[in-house]
Amino acid sequence: MSEQITPYQVAPKTPLAGSAAAEIREQGEITRRKFPVVLTTAWVALTAAVGGLASILGRFLFPNVLFEPVQKFKAGLPNDYSVGEVDERWKDKFGIWIVRNEEQMYALITICTHLGCTPNWLPSQNKFKCPCHGSGYYRTGVNFEGPAPRPLERAKISIDPADGQIVVDKSVQFHQERGEWSSPDSFLKV
Amino acid sequence: MTLKQVQEGIVNSQVWKSIFRVGIPDTNRKRVLAVLGSLILHLHPVKVRRSGVRMSYTWCMGGTSFFLFLVETVTGLLLMFYYRPTIEYAFTDIMDLREQAPFGIMREMHRWGAHAMVIAVWLHMFRVFMTGSYKPPREFNWNIGVILLVLTLLLSFTGYLLPWDQLAIWAITVGSNMARATPGAGNEGPMSSLIKLGDVPLIHAGDDARFGLIAGRSIGAATLLRFYVLHCMVIPLAAGFLMAIHFWRVRKDGGISGPL
Repeated sequence: MSEQITPYQVAPKTPLAGSAAAEIREQGEITRRKFPVVLTTAWVALTAAVGGLASILGRFLFPNVLFEPVQKFKAGLPNDYSVGEVDERWKDKFGIWIVRNEEQMYALITICTHLGCTPNWLPSQNKFKCPCHGSGYYRTGVNFEGPAPRPLERAKISIDPADGQIVVDKSVQFHQERGEWSSPDSFLKV
Repeated sequence: MTLKQVQEGIVNSQVWKSIFRVGIPDTNRKRVLAVLGSLILHLHPVKVRRSGVRMSYTWCMGGTSFFLFLVETVTGLLLMFYYRPTIEYAFTDIMDLREQAPFGIMREMHRWGAHAMVIAVWLHMFRVFMTGSYKPPREFNWNIGVILLVLTLLLSFTGYLLPWDQLAIWAITVGSNMARATPGAGNEGPMSSLIKLGDVPLIHAGDDARFGLIAGRSIGAATLLRFYVLHCMVIPLAAGFLMAIHFWRVRKDGGISGPL
């Protein structure tokens, strides 16, 4: 009966000398002096690992290739646009109105400055009107009614010297309230 | 064999005993053991305060919120069998869910359940505030609850895009514009214009916080897929994890509501 082993019975303790534990102690014991180095190394390694993972995760959410219209496009020759007209041919594809008057041409970005909806050009009322909350803009892009806080933005517009076509670059934008509409890149002399 | 013999035969069988280990819970001790020994039953405390079951005190809004979360999980899972998050199919699949799929009310239940859950979560928060149940030692759980409220709203926001109709697209256009104003990370946010190399701005519409959120400069196919994954996987898992902590802390912080 006395030889029966219960599940909770443990083997008798043996002296450390000569055991595996004793070898570890002799060779690589973490002394008080080594401990701060080990602790620092461990924390640096952990921080690097977590930080690296987090930055990979964050970067992964920013796509390299976009399946959306390009920011810079050729819009034909200046003579394709008649004077006094707000041209809507690029509105659906590139989100741009090209407006031509007697002196100049400019490219308005079709994003309402209130909350980002797309306004409609109403020729009979000679204004842009946003369907979301009723912001109104003159054909220059300057706001005059509704909640819009500032005028529509203009995109960079230039002439390609090779073929004389208009080039519109939406990635460069000009704000009227910052006085940028006087910049020579914000309109074409015609 | 009499009925009693059959009954005893079943109760004494190994199958029965392996499932119901405690036997008939006819004493308080056995009841406690039965509850604590079961994964499902132990989610609810063995004993609750009398004030804890008073509807006039708790409004049962926490429980209602959780119930609605389960409703949303089940109905949402069923909707996933029919819905494809691509611009070719998303809108027509939503129409088919109403017109062609069995129980066309399933999508309506998911939608109304979502509205109800937002209301229930708000009322729960209101009740917790009015009864002072946010005070120590429950202040940690209040903060977990605030995060859960935000996750509930984000679930509604991401789900709003999935029907892919005009309302959805413009609502998310308007809503995601808020990310443009993120300080230092949105292209219209404070301090963002200071981050540049020479004349080249480093924070612009092609790499700011909104771009990371909607995977593009404007709402498109990538946004739909991204919001679908957030709506069906990321946010529900995060909310489930935080709910587990929330419920556990309710008990560890002195039981469901009532004076401490």
